[in-house]
Amino acid sequence: MSSEEMINKNKDYKYGFYTDIETEEFPKGLNEDIVRLLSKKKNEPEWMLDYRLKAFRHWKTMTHPNWAHLDIPEIDFEDLYYYAAPKKKPELESLDEVDPELLATFEKLGIPLSEQKRISGVAVDAVFDSVSVATTHQEDLKKLGVIFCSISEAVKDYPELVKKYLGTVVPFSDNFYAALNSAVFSDGSFVYIPKGVKCPIDLSTYFRINAKETGQFERTLVIADEGSFVNYLEGCTAPERDENQLHAAIVELIALDDAEIKYSTVQNWYAGDKNGDGGIYNFVTKRGNCLGRNSKISWTQVEAGSAITWKYPGCNLIGDNSQGAFYSVALTNHKMQADTGTKMIHIGKNTKSTIISKGISADESRNNYRGLVKINPSATGARNYSQCDSMLVGDKCSANTYPYIDVKNDTATMEHEASTSKISEDQLFYLQSRGLDMEKCISMIVNGFCGEVFKELPLEFSVEAVKLLEMKLENSVG
Amino acid sequence: MIKIKDLHANIEGSEILRGINLTVNAGEVHAIMGPNGSGKSTLAKVIAGHPSYEVTGGSIEYDVNGKNKDIQELEPDERAKEGIFLGFQYPIEIPGVTNIGFLRESFNSICTHQGAQEMEAPEFRTFLQSKLDLLEMESSFLDRSVNQGFSGGEKKKNEILQMAVLNPRLSLLDETDSGLDIDALKIVAKGVNALKSKFNATVLVTHYQRLLNFIVPDKVHVLYKGRIIKSGGKELALELEKRGYDWLIKESTEGKGN
Repeated sequence: MSSEEMINKNKDYKYGFYTDIETEEFPKGLNEDIVRLLSKKKNEPEWMLDYRLKAFRHWKTMTHPNWAHLDIPEIDFEDLYYYAAPKKKPELESLDEVDPELLATFEKLGIPLSEQKRISGVAVDAVFDSVSVATTHQEDLKKLGVIFCSISEAVKDYPELVKKYLGTVVPFSDNFYAALNSAVFSDGSFVYIPKGVKCPIDLSTYFRINAKETGQFERTLVIADEGSFVNYLEGCTAPERDENQLHAAIVELIALDDAEIKYSTVQNWYAGDKNGDGGIYNFVTKRGNCLGRNSKISWTQVEAGSAITWKYPGCNLIGDNSQGAFYSVALTNHKMQADTGTKMIHIGKNTKSTIISKGISADESRNNYRGLVKINPSATGARNYSQCDSMLVGDKCSANTYPYIDVKNDTATMEHEASTSKISEDQLFYLQSRGLDMEKCISMIVNGFCGEVFKELPLEFSVEAVKLLEMKLENSVG
Repeated sequence: MIKIKDLHANIEGSEILRGINLTVNAGEVHAIMGPNGSGKSTLAKVIAGHPSYEVTGGSIEYDVNGKNKDIQELEPDERAKEGIFLGFQYPIEIPGVTNIGFLRESFNSICTHQGAQEMEAPEFRTFLQSKLDLLEMESSFLDRSVNQGFSGGEKKKNEILQMAVLNPRLSLLDETDSGLDIDALKIVAKGVNALKSKFNATVLVTHYQRLLNFIVPDKVHVLYKGRIIKSGGKELALELEKRGYDWLIKESTEGKGN
C-alpha cells in the first residue's frame, strides 16, 4: 500500500488516511455548464438534466439559511469541486475488475468488496467521492426482484421508477441544500423491493470522501413496495484535512401499503481536530413517506462525526395507521456542533410516531435536539411519544432541546419527556471501585444512556457504534 | 491487612487528613467515629482511591498476595480487584444499566484478576439468590437500573448486596446506617455479620452508636480534624453516646499542651 499516505495527527480517527488515486474532476465552481457537463458525463436522459437545471435555477434564487443554532463559516460555493471520480471508471463486468487500490481502501475501512472476502449477510454499495465504485451481491438480489444499484445506473436502467419517485419526498424547493443536491448529485444508492418481498440480507451504502476540496452530493432513493421489508444501513468516513468539506445528501424513502423500511446510519465523517480545524459539514435532508396504509419507516442514527451536523430525518405519515420512528444518538466532542432531530408529520388517521433522542456532548462541543411533531387536521387518533435526553461530559459543552409541537386535531395524544444528566467523576469512581477499569466504566454509562437506541440497530452496527462512542469519549472523561 | 501510617490528604488544597495512623488486621471490625467534618468519609474514600483527593504524605500498606504493598499508585479498580470495597454513603445512579448486568461485570472482572472462573448469566442469577435472601431483597431488584429510583434503604441494601457478591477482604462501609429505619438496619447488620470471617476485615464509618449494637466492633477510633484522637474497645462508643465528643476534644488538645 505504498501509495497510501497516513495523516496521523489524530490517533482517535483511524479512517483519516487518504488514498492517492488518479482522479478526474470538473473545474471548480458551479454554473449551468457544470450541471450540463455532469449530466452528460453520466449519460443521463433529457428529463434528468431538466430536473437538475430546474433545481439549479431555483437554488440560485435561495439564500443560505441561518435559523439553526450553529456557527457556520461562510461557504464559498464557487471554490468547490462538484465532481471528482477515480479515473478509468469503466463499465465493470465484475467486481474483480475494480481498481485494486479502491478495493484496498474499502478493505482498510472494514468493507471488503471482492467476491472472496465480501461480508455474507450484507450487500454493499461503495461510493467513493462522486461515484459508486462497486455494489456487491447484486446477482443474488436480482433473483428476488430486488434492485440494488447506484442511482446513476437506476436513472438509465429503471427510469420509470426513478421518475415516479425522485423528488416526491424531498422536492428540490424543500431547502437550500436540497436544491443544491438536486442540481449536482453525482451518485448514491437506489433500492427497490418488490411486492411481498422481505429482503433476506441487509443492504448498505458506504460513503467515502477522499478527494480534496470536493463536495459530496449523493442521493439515495429507497422504495418498498406493498408488503415488503428492508433493513438498510449507511456508513461514512473521510480523510483528516485542515480544510472543511461539504457533504450535502438527500435520502428519500417510500413505503407503500404494509411495507416497512428500517434505515440505520453510523455517521463517522472526520470531525476536525480538537481545535476545531477541518472536518466535514454534514448538511443532509433525509425523509420518508409512509404512503401506504400500515406502512412503517424507522430512522436510527448514530451521529459521531462531522464538524457540523445539520439534519432532521423525518417521516410524512400519510397512509392510515402508518408509523414513523426516530432513534438517535448524537455525540459531539472537541468543537463539534450538531443540530439534529426529526420531523414527524401526521396526516393519515391513527398514525403513530416515536422519537427517542440521546445527545452526548463533551469538551467544548454544542449538541442540539430540534424536532417537530405536527398533527394535521386529518390525522384523527394520532399518537406521538417523544423522549429527549442529554448527557454532558465536562463543563464547557452545551446541550439544547428545541421541541416544536403543532397539533391541529384534538383527538391526538402527545407525550414528551426530557432530561439532562452529567457523566460525573462520582459515577466513574463508583463503577471503578467495583473493579471496572475506566474504559469499561465509560462504555457502561454510555451504553446505559443510549441502550434504547442501540437496541434498534443491527447487531454488528451496534457493536461498532458502542466502540466508536467509547473511543471518542475516552479522552474527554476523567 | 492494612497499615496506614501518617497519612495526609488534601481536597482542592485544603488538608482533610493530617496524619492518620491505623492498623486493621484480618478478622477484625473497626469503627471510625467522630463529629461532622472530621475526615471519616475522606479516610474511606482515600483508601479506595477517590481521584479528587491528593495524598500529600504517609503510606497505605495493604496485604497483596501475602506482601505489604503501598497501594497509592493503584487505580480504584485495581484496589477493588485486590479486595478493597467501599460501601458508599450516597450510592450513585447509573441509568439504563441493570443491577444484575453491573454486578456480573464487576464480579467477573474481579474473578478474572484473582484467577477464578467467570460466571455466565444464568449461573450468576442462581448464585445471587442466596445473597438476595440474606438481605431479604426481591429478585426483581436485579433487573432495575443501578440505584435509579431506589429508596434510601434500598440503595444501602444494594451496597451490602454488592459486598456480599464481590466478597472483599477489606470492606469500608461509609455511613451505611444513615437513612435506614430500624428494621432495615437490622437486616443490613445481619448481612454484614454473616459476611464476617477470620480472613476479612470491616471498617465502619458511622456517626451513631446504634449501628454498633448490631455490628459489634473490636476497636473504636475517634477522628477529629483529620487525626485519630482516641482509640479503644466497643465501650468507647457507649461512652461517646453518653458524653458526646467535647470531653475527648478537650482532652486531646490539652494533652498536646495548647
